[in-house]
Amino acid sequence: MADLRSNFVGIKSPNPFWLASAPPTDKEYNIRRAFEAGWGGVVWKTLGEDPPVVNVSSRYGSLDYNGTRMIGLNNIELISDRPLATNIAEIKDVKRDYPDRAVVVSLMVPCVEESWKAILPIVEETGADGIELNFGCPHGMSERNMGAAVGQVPEYVEMVTRWCKQNTRMPVIVKLTPNITNILMPAKAALRGGADAVSLINTIQSVIGVDLDQMVPMPVVGGKGTHGGYCGPAVKPIALRMIGDIARDPELGGIPISGIGGISTWRDAAEFLAMGSSTLQVCTAAMHYGFRIVEDMIDGLSAWMDEKGYATLADVTGRAIPNFVPWNQLNLKFKTIANIDQDACVKCGLCYIACEDTSHQSISKSLVGNERRYEIIEEECVGCNLCAHVCPIDNCITMQPQPVDGMLTWPEHPNNPNRVVEPVS
Amino acid sequence: MTRTPDIASGRLNDTALAVNFSDAHPPLTKEQAVVEADRCFFCYDAPCTEACPTGIDIPKFIRGIATGNMRGSARTILESNILGGSCARVCPTEILCEEKCVHNTREEGHPIRIGALQRHATDWQMDHGGQPFTRAPETGRRIAVVGAGPAGLACAHRLAMHGHDVVLLDMHDHAGGLNEYGVAAYKLAGDFAQQEVAFLMEIGGITFKGDQKLGRDFSLSDLRRDYDAVFLGMGLAGVRALGIEGEALEGVQDAVAFIEDVRSRDKKTVPVGRRVVVIGGGNTAVDAAVQARRLGAEEVTLVYRRGHEQMSATPVEREWAQTNDVTVRLWSSPVRIVEEDGALAGVEFSRGAATGDGRATYDAQDTFIVPADMVLKAVGQLFVADPVSGDSILIEGGRIVVDGSYRTTMEGVYAGGDCTVGEDLTVAAVRDGRDAAEAMHLALCAAPVSGVPA
Repeated sequence: MADLRSNFVGIKSPNPFWLASAPPTDKEYNIRRAFEAGWGGVVWKTLGEDPPVVNVSSRYGSLDYNGTRMIGLNNIELISDRPLATNIAEIKDVKRDYPDRAVVVSLMVPCVEESWKAILPIVEETGADGIELNFGCPHGMSERNMGAAVGQVPEYVEMVTRWCKQNTRMPVIVKLTPNITNILMPAKAALRGGADAVSLINTIQSVIGVDLDQMVPMPVVGGKGTHGGYCGPAVKPIALRMIGDIARDPELGGIPISGIGGISTWRDAAEFLAMGSSTLQVCTAAMHYGFRIVEDMIDGLSAWMDEKGYATLADVTGRAIPNFVPWNQLNLKFKTIANIDQDACVKCGLCYIACEDTSHQSISKSLVGNERRYEIIEEECVGCNLCAHVCPIDNCITMQPQPVDGMLTWPEHPNNPNRVVEPVS
Repeated sequence: MTRTPDIASGRLNDTALAVNFSDAHPPLTKEQAVVEADRCFFCYDAPCTEACPTGIDIPKFIRGIATGNMRGSARTILESNILGGSCARVCPTEILCEEKCVHNTREEGHPIRIGALQRHATDWQMDHGGQPFTRAPETGRRIAVVGAGPAGLACAHRLAMHGHDVVLLDMHDHAGGLNEYGVAAYKLAGDFAQQEVAFLMEIGGITFKGDQKLGRDFSLSDLRRDYDAVFLGMGLAGVRALGIEGEALEGVQDAVAFIEDVRSRDKKTVPVGRRVVVIGGGNTAVDAAVQARRLGAEEVTLVYRRGHEQMSATPVEREWAQTNDVTVRLWSSPVRIVEEDGALAGVEFSRGAATGDGRATYDAQDTFIVPADMVLKAVGQLFVADPVSGDSILIEGGRIVVDGSYRTTMEGVYAGGDCTVGEDLTVAAVRDGRDAAEAMHLALCAAPVSGVPA
């Protein structure tokens, strides 16, 4: 059996699955249910200064696609709207009762040192395992110069991180906002400030949709809408890329990463680990199906690791990073060609029309007797994969890598006016 | 003493009758329709569309349901098939569009429920009212359409759309043809056939004249004289006889007449036997048998000369008969209607043996009797040529001959639907009427308007 125990910058948990700082981690009641369900840890929903913020009614908007609910979710909820003392008392009780689980506390106070100095000892006193600095919330709090308003300015990230490191013994995780152009900038700032780890991604600024009857962006609050933070399965590709960028950057020196962004299954979890994460934070999937989803995540990840011969999480973390390269390092001599399994083909024509209308006209259509037949014109196929993606039948269209004759990247390519190496004759 | 067969009306109370003759297949809810629509692959050059005699762009209308574009979805159906609402209910989709659905070839099977989705979209149009099509400017042409069944209605609508004036003649009081008089009540529950006719007529330019029979009230030459063109879509007015002893006994009836009775009368007043024998193997036989059961007949036996494979009733229809407790007996040929004390007592059949090529040989000595109070004959319908026999209309194999443009051999006279050669399907009749209208329109546009100098 694979060992799923995690030790993340000194924060221990029986498995890498933590609930992200969000509505599911707002109260003791929810968190006890989560721990009973098997979650390895939680990041308590962000605490701020008293008096607590006030949240609006009507908070979430959903992106549904082709009959599937909530492939993306956006929210306009702010940080915890309960008094600090209430949260603190509950954190203390929970940590006492679940000493083996990770209890990290998310924090967001104004960008002045006194505010941070004031809250840190209060949190430390609960016995919490660490803190996560919420530099990511992209709505509401950012209008008050907190959250993403800090995360978008690397100097502020560094400054606040340093204040925290100087004023607490707890490990400091800096949660990064994706609402920037280069994730390396705030990540490096966090490292300079002394961060023990980074977590990402926070939610993405979004308008989830428009109510066309009321002509108001959703979710609608009394006839008006505002932008929110986008999360859920649809953001996973954005998260994987940003995590990978950090994980492969030599200057960041392998800073530990807690991966967040649309993780819904054990397979997503494995991918986040492979791209450099050590722990995994989940929110939308739990909000969609309840805490029980962690059971299959644990089972599935463990079974997959056994199958692949990975004994510990560390064996998986960053495993794909050596193969995550800039485009310039891709071999231009590599070629893959689509192949249609005629026995599996249901003759829906989706591959044909996709290739014909939008790609390289490399699928032919003919009638053999009364039967439609779609075939790859191999000389025309550029190996783009589109047909394989649109085909509704598993393993009907497969991509067949062709024998490769050597290596040729763009920097060496004769077509490159700025080539650095003469082509091999 | 003369015995009286046990034939009576009102065997069931109003509540039971209401249940028995309500929608056999209730409509999809909006949620069910969207889930089903989302399953559709949106095939390119889709096999379902190819299989539809009217060529409805099925993936397009299904996508409209999936995206909530109900108006566009309904229009997509209706522009190919103005009777899309009744076709959604009566089409044997399992041998047409749904048979060709690519989902059949996946392991899990289950084609998209195209018929049910088509009903969903056309019901939306009916519920929201309005005619999605407008008439072209009036052309001054007048066209007579004989027969207000699916072929005649589709023809009339398309002609009216092109701006022609149409007079629609039918021997019945109401338009609708088989949809109104010839299909089981639970397939077109409520008043759907009439609602659909009313919807179709909203296009304008169509005048319906009921109780008008070709050969009795007017002749084809009258029509040729008074109109610019004529469309014949009078269907099959005759029924085939058994040609056996006892056929004239009281209680022996054509299934077509029985179905018409069920459709046009209060169900409580339609007489039905306690024990009913239906002879035949088509959808008419099944419609008659199941409706007899649902009127309260205790035992209904459907007897067919040959086997399941040869029945023209589709597998879905056969299953429907069976789940309605109709006993199906195969390979049995009627020999005589049994008379006892001057009254109908049953039907004697000779047992047959399959010869392996779908035919059978029957042993005249080996017979059995199925007791019956009522016998419904459903052994085929015939085109009655008499009303046009004096005209120069070529008839072959008992049907009117038409060319690729639906022209008969008489100039200016077109024909389509069951009275011509081809599949006897509602949806095929609609295609015929529509395409004949297009052909007539083209021909009329090329000719000068009558009475107006060219």
